[in-house]
Amino acid sequence: MSDLPALVVVVPILGALVSLLSGIRWDRGGWYVAAATLAVQVGLAVSLAADAFAGEPGSYAVGGFTPPFGIELLVDGLSASMVVLVAVVALGVLAYARTAGPRSPRFFATYLLLVSGLSGMSITGDAFNMYVFLEIVGLTAYALVASGEGGRPAVAALKYLLVGTFGASLYLLGVGYAYIATGTLNMADLASELAAVGYASPLVRASFAFVVVGLFVKVAMFPLHTWQPGAYAGAPDSVSALIASLVSTVSAYALVRIVLTVFTPEFLEAVSFARPLLAATAAVSIVLGSLLAVAQTEIERMLAYSSVSQFGLVVAALSVSNAAALVGLAVHLVGHAVMKGGLFLASGLVSTGADARTVADFDGLGSRMPVAAASFGALALGMVGVPPLVGFFGKWYVVLGALEAGAWGLTAVILLSTLLTLAYFARLLERMFFRETPEPASGAAVADGAGAPDLAGDGAGDTVPGAADLSTGMYAAVVAAALLAVGLGAAVPAYESALAPTIEVFLS
Amino acid sequence: MIDVVLDRAYFVVAFLLLGIGAHMLIGDRNLVKKVIGMNVFQTGIFLFLIASAYVAGASAPLLTEPGPYVSPLPHVLILTAIVVGVSLTAVALGLIVRIYGEYGTLRADLVGEVDGGE
Repeated sequence: MSDLPALVVVVPILGALVSLLSGIRWDRGGWYVAAATLAVQVGLAVSLAADAFAGEPGSYAVGGFTPPFGIELLVDGLSASMVVLVAVVALGVLAYARTAGPRSPRFFATYLLLVSGLSGMSITGDAFNMYVFLEIVGLTAYALVASGEGGRPAVAALKYLLVGTFGASLYLLGVGYAYIATGTLNMADLASELAAVGYASPLVRASFAFVVVGLFVKVAMFPLHTWQPGAYAGAPDSVSALIASLVSTVSAYALVRIVLTVFTPEFLEAVSFARPLLAATAAVSIVLGSLLAVAQTEIERMLAYSSVSQFGLVVAALSVSNAAALVGLAVHLVGHAVMKGGLFLASGLVSTGADARTVADFDGLGSRMPVAAASFGALALGMVGVPPLVGFFGKWYVVLGALEAGAWGLTAVILLSTLLTLAYFARLLERMFFRETPEPASGAAVADGAGAPDLAGDGAGDTVPGAADLSTGMYAAVVAAALLAVGLGAAVPAYESALAPTIEVFLS
Repeated sequence: MIDVVLDRAYFVVAFLLLGIGAHMLIGDRNLVKKVIGMNVFQTGIFLFLIASAYVAGASAPLLTEPGPYVSPLPHVLILTAIVVGVSLTAVALGLIVRIYGEYGTLRADLVGEVDGGE
């Protein structure tokens, strides 16, 4: 196997160093270094994914120490998808951050370190190495959340840090239990050793409970989500888009990896509390996350609670863990990341351009900022799960899997969640496209924008008070997210067949 | 019963530290004490893993010493975890300095009141 798996972790770290150094001579240099690094990263990630989908799932021994003694990097369909997703979304958000975001070289260095940590979490095959990357992601995410002005981001970041560290520590404790039971940390080796120790062992069961609850904190499952709304609402727009779309997604991937590769589906069969723990948390998160989202008036907080509910769906699919549900899980992880990132960017665009931060501010937005409103609308419909968009396919496969497994309760909750998602997005759609702007604003009749998704339109057409602050890059990122949400929907059947060998390995 | 506890004194202490740390982290209103609680909680985990590596009557894992050896791997892991813990503490204290500069208080409830009143 080539050195690609190591490079996707190393390149962003080097980029972070260069970006920091470039800041000494040239203040705006950070962004260009970050853009170049991420362009390389996308190339590396795509060729890694091409390798992974073409051939056998590969492994890479770091430093030449053979697994299970050394650290193993694991490349299969799902981890390759995550690496590509991280690289592409990071590049998209970077396009937005050029004019919008904090512009210091330090910011971009931290940004690249976060990308490195996320890529590392995606491909590591070692349980302790996962902890290290989890903490790299955590540390950089706390720093990025705090990069906004004033006291509110600092308070949000400290809360995030305290809760996040608690979760990561529980994960470490769980890994410690698994290590004491088996004497190994390699994931594939752990799977067979844990089976040899026996799933009835209290050590193994405690390990599962600690690891899963620790990762629930990172994924932000109800009731461990309390850090999330503050962190997303307090962070600068570009940061909340990046964190909302990637950090929880990759943490959820880590949960899937640990549950399916380390503990294996046999463990879920053998241990009576395992499946109910996952399913009950998922159901509670789906319902309460949506209800809390409906209750919010601030857009970013509403989107944050929406994430709690959507990741409930991912954990629900994990609790079912049959072939259809796992396809749904993978599609939803990728689709949700694109759509939620796009929604946060769109809400940032709207709050910069039209100063609309609450639900009531969205009145008549369709005529004030047609492109932003159309993109927001398309992404919101995708989140609800309207057919041609990628959000539909994720839910579809998860429901199919739940029905196959005979999990009627879970199926009902997932279908209910669609209605609840509609409840909090429909009011925005109604306000954007079917209401007049409250006061006579300038250029109110630029376009009627009555739901016609004018996605190919150019941002220059929007005449709004803050239009001077909006760059083409910001519009491009939002429109690209909306187009991706549509385009990925068409790619789902191909993705399903490409993912089939990976899922076979997971379930074997 | 006493013997069982004494045999596992390190583990008992580790879990006491976990409890104390979690209580401070969640219950205390002072932000600095919350960070201290976080440190105590992590220390409990470090002690737990280090204690697990101990083998009665074994020597340090050096080739010149006679076997059996205590397991060196948990020590290496915890060394990494300590580094992570120190970085986390540094970031947390940096944030607290900024919060104190903005709000003039270290009490979580008062900070929340100021934020809520905005």
